[in-house]
Amino acid sequence: MAVRTLINVPRQARRGEVLSIQATIAHPMETGFRSDASGRTLARDIVQRFSCRYNGELVFSAQLFSAIAANPYMAFHTVATDSGTLELRWEGDHGFVHTESVVLTVA
Amino acid sequence: MLLSLAWRPAVAEEPTLQAAVRAWAGAAVVREGRVTLELSPLVENGNAVPLTVRVQSPMSADDHVQALAVFNELNPQRDMLRATLGPRAGRAEVATRVRLATSQKLVALARLSDGSVWSHTVEVVVTLAACVE
Repeated sequence: MAVRTLINVPRQARRGEVLSIQATIAHPMETGFRSDASGRTLARDIVQRFSCRYNGELVFSAQLFSAIAANPYMAFHTVATDSGTLELRWEGDHGFVHTESVVLTVA
Repeated sequence: MLLSLAWRPAVAEEPTLQAAVRAWAGAAVVREGRVTLELSPLVENGNAVPLTVRVQSPMSADDHVQALAVFNELNPQRDMLRATLGPRAGRAEVATRVRLATSQKLVALARLSDGSVWSHTVEVVVTLAACVE
């Protein structure tokens, strides 16, 4: 299943610079509080966890709830330390997992 | 009527805003200040409301924000977002987009590395609610 994501992070940075990272993923974030036309409650289907690892080390993580809007957007920061990879990971209901990697060059 | 009866137990299980804040803070005293919860005071569309939590912190190894949380007063669920940060974040600022079921209070909380907990409460007026039912 192709999952669309939009990640905004500088590919090049100076050591010590604070990087601003924005990540959006296409996901319905069905709350579990809505019901369909016949009155049955729609099962919850949300992204529950978001994390960012910088060369394997966890630099940011978040727990998301039903109150997060569809196509969840997360913006956060991290300090550029070394060249390497930023790994963004989303985990959710019904075994939803998606990972994206961004290669970062630090001068 | 039947629907409202069916809904009641689920709603009753949800703690009040105060209780949710208390539970998150644990033993720490919740003080006002240092945290800023930034969102528009008048929201036209409750389905996607931009929100930013910012904390005054040097984000150094011995003085940084460890965790952030945002709670609401009147959505079906008090929890909105919980985030874990560290000195490697560089800046204590997190933004996302949330759903608001109605006009209500929101609280942002921050736990610092010294164990103190800080809060900021904001009142929001919502003209078009996020659809809950």
